[in-house]
Amino acid sequence: MKTIQLFWVEVLFFAVSLLLILSITLPAQAITAQQVTSPGGIKAWFVADHTNPILTVKFTFRGGAALDPVGKEGLSNLVSGLLDEGAGDLKSTAFQQTLEDLAIGLSFSSGRDEFGGRMKTLVRNQDMAFKLLRLSLSNPRFDTEPVERIRSQILVGLKQNLEDPHSIASQALFKTLYPTHAYGRPTNGTIGSVEGLKAIDLRAFVQQRLAKDNLIIGVVGDISAEELGKRLDTTFGLLPAKAAPWKIEKIDPISKGQTIVINRDIPQSSILVAEKGLMREDPDFYAAYVLNHMFGGGSFTSRLYTEIREKRGLVYSVSTGLYPFDNSALILGSAGTANKRAHETLSVIKTEWDKMAARGVSKKELNDAKTYLTGSFPLRFSSSGRIASMLVGMQSAQLPIDYLQTRNSLIEAVTKDDIKRVAKKLLKSENLVIIVVGRPDGIKSTN
Amino acid sequence: MLIFIAKSASRLLVFVGLVSLASTAQAGVFNPETFMLKNGMQVVVIPNHRLPVVTHMVWYRVGSADEAANESGIAHFLEHLMFKGTKKRSNGEFSEIVARNGGQENAFTSTDYTAYHQTIAVDRLELMMEMEADRMTNLVITPKEVEPERQVVLEERRSRVENNPGSILGEHLNAALFLSHPYRNPVIGWKHDIEGLNIDRILAFYKRWYAPNNAILVVAGDITAAKLKPLAEKYYGKIPSQPETVRRRAKEPPQHAERRVTLRDKRVRQPSWRRTYLAPGLQWGDKTHTYPLEVLSNIIGSGTSSRFYQSLIVTQKLAVSAGVHYSGDNRGPGRFIVYASPMPGTSIDKLQAAVEEQIALLIKGGVTSDELTRAKTRMESKAVYARDSLSGGARVIGSALAAGLNISDVESWPEHISAVTQVQIQDAIKAVFNSNRSVTGVLLPEDKSSGINK
Repeated sequence: MKTIQLFWVEVLFFAVSLLLILSITLPAQAITAQQVTSPGGIKAWFVADHTNPILTVKFTFRGGAALDPVGKEGLSNLVSGLLDEGAGDLKSTAFQQTLEDLAIGLSFSSGRDEFGGRMKTLVRNQDMAFKLLRLSLSNPRFDTEPVERIRSQILVGLKQNLEDPHSIASQALFKTLYPTHAYGRPTNGTIGSVEGLKAIDLRAFVQQRLAKDNLIIGVVGDISAEELGKRLDTTFGLLPAKAAPWKIEKIDPISKGQTIVINRDIPQSSILVAEKGLMREDPDFYAAYVLNHMFGGGSFTSRLYTEIREKRGLVYSVSTGLYPFDNSALILGSAGTANKRAHETLSVIKTEWDKMAARGVSKKELNDAKTYLTGSFPLRFSSSGRIASMLVGMQSAQLPIDYLQTRNSLIEAVTKDDIKRVAKKLLKSENLVIIVVGRPDGIKSTN
Repeated sequence: MLIFIAKSASRLLVFVGLVSLASTAQAGVFNPETFMLKNGMQVVVIPNHRLPVVTHMVWYRVGSADEAANESGIAHFLEHLMFKGTKKRSNGEFSEIVARNGGQENAFTSTDYTAYHQTIAVDRLELMMEMEADRMTNLVITPKEVEPERQVVLEERRSRVENNPGSILGEHLNAALFLSHPYRNPVIGWKHDIEGLNIDRILAFYKRWYAPNNAILVVAGDITAAKLKPLAEKYYGKIPSQPETVRRRAKEPPQHAERRVTLRDKRVRQPSWRRTYLAPGLQWGDKTHTYPLEVLSNIIGSGTSSRFYQSLIVTQKLAVSAGVHYSGDNRGPGRFIVYASPMPGTSIDKLQAAVEEQIALLIKGGVTSDELTRAKTRMESKAVYARDSLSGGARVIGSALAAGLNISDVESWPEHISAVTQVQIQDAIKAVFNSNRSVTGVLLPEDKSSGINK
């Protein structure tokens, strides 16, 4: 069921792409990105790779689910499930059959701030692959059968989310942090909003939101820059020059210390905590990034992992992540533990939050974090798809193309004092919004 | 079917993805080099020179299906404990060293094998080999490490199984499908078994199964066999081999009765239906059916142009999802799984009847020549993609070898697929779709009319 995405899954994807963005610093001799500008003026960042006869194109249109009109939440998600369900003269089944017979991967996805897609093909099938991509973006059919089919799949997913502890917690968290802002609305919509979406809404989305001026492209594979330039024009050239004007207000999350317990009869409580984070363009972002790694980001070595999992055996997974959206930012932590140990787990999380804020880190911790973060950079390039995602992510975050060469020095420049200062500014346990889904012993909702 | 349990969830999804790739793309694409150390440890090298990076994996030929009675979960518990100290290194030092050197690591356990892996810059490979060789025989564990880790594993079980009605049903389905074969036990183990495992038994398990002659080293990336060989000899080659271990597993008797397992749970919002048939595989039953069944599963259940999707979802509008999954590369019995989830308003009985009608059509008419040709093209094309990923080949080859297959089984996959005929598929259909060798599982919301879990 390709279109059914859990809210939580999106959150995780976001964390992953962030990691990718921050980790691109392969030596230039290993991988070199170049900007290709088509004769028609469409730009793409490109890495030539002739190892295998395959080609990967990733792209993003700025402006995502946060732009879905009020009452039409889930519009961009529904569109993402339908662009490959028939376009031009090809009805859904014919379109899908062509993709499958030629082993062409084509898929779309929607996030809070962007609407993205991916095309992967064998070089020998690229004519058809680029054609299908063009049709899907410029001339999707939105026939009744696929619209209703995909809608019903999404509705089933939304229904399942209503009983999934992570989804319940995540929805409640964003609603609490952003009660009046678009970020507080469910990106995949609600049962009511998705039921109400019409074909005319889908068409309006395509006309208004998929344009050249908000398009970002990353390409990896067995093609020349010149050939790619021509393909860019034929594939994306038909899109309108400009997307409809849009604006999302910048906003601070409302995090003033609040606990919400959502009762569910499950043996393990699902815990989420969050407060205001740092925007991607904040000068302290790299310090926060290194800090998060030491605190809860590093998989088997972070403080939370050591204190909560290794020493006390309270959880299977515990972690924190930075979430710099386009118009707001969060630091978010998650854990899952038996109901009777939820109180203890939460206490340790808060204690560690305070300890880090008060004392920062040791020199050794910082050095270890830096050697990990700088040393693991090449691992991000382990497949064409991952490289293409980074090319898009870099442009999305408005980083320069030589970021590949400069990123490690930004990590290296972070000092122990930076960490201490940023920890104090960022980690305020008294402000955390805490969501617990389950039957946690000893935790009550505030108010 | 989630039969893979990892130390950390972060990599699990990635791995499941690769396994599904493996089942469709074990092409003669990896071109590995292989050699044997004197102590009986097999070494496989899969060159990939895109980046100065390697994936280093050690696979043990032991999984949950090799556990003794009342010790379910011991293979997986041990996998967690392998990250504790050794005679040489303190608790946690292993992961600290990997991280400090810019490496990423994890481990996973399945029914047929256990594997440990790091991905790291090639100039740090030697350090990884030294450390992995060290923990093959020098593990030190005390109650101080074991008890908290037991709680971690129990939390893992809660999050994977007990918090999720679909997973609870899955455990019951497996236990009902296998009358005797140990695939009936969950990889993570039954809760009471996890609670009862003691250090002596865990160490005995470790001693018995963790030995060079029961392990396979697979290194993929910027390396050649010529460069790896002296390092492999230096670190792994000096470990003495152990008496040969025999994987003695309870045998599955002939099955004669169809079974049905129903779970009603108030957490369930969307019903679902699935049927698992005991199926032949490369190492169990009539292996000649394996490749025809792989092609069949592609034709009827993979992707939106497949038969099941087109018939049950698009044309009849009875289901929101439908498909099949076949695993024929296990050491033990294979499974052919058919699944569907109903559209609102469609009863489970009606959905089941529609799926059974599709199966009846297959038994009667098989697949068409056009369907066969197109499936082969799709499957062979996917083999090209398999080469793209750094660690994909290492995982495919490692899992095959650890389950008891050979490199040639992996490398000759495209030839086998291209040789499949309509008649072979017809024979395989008749062999596998026998209700008396199946379990049907149904997941339903709580019955509100009676107010109790029936």
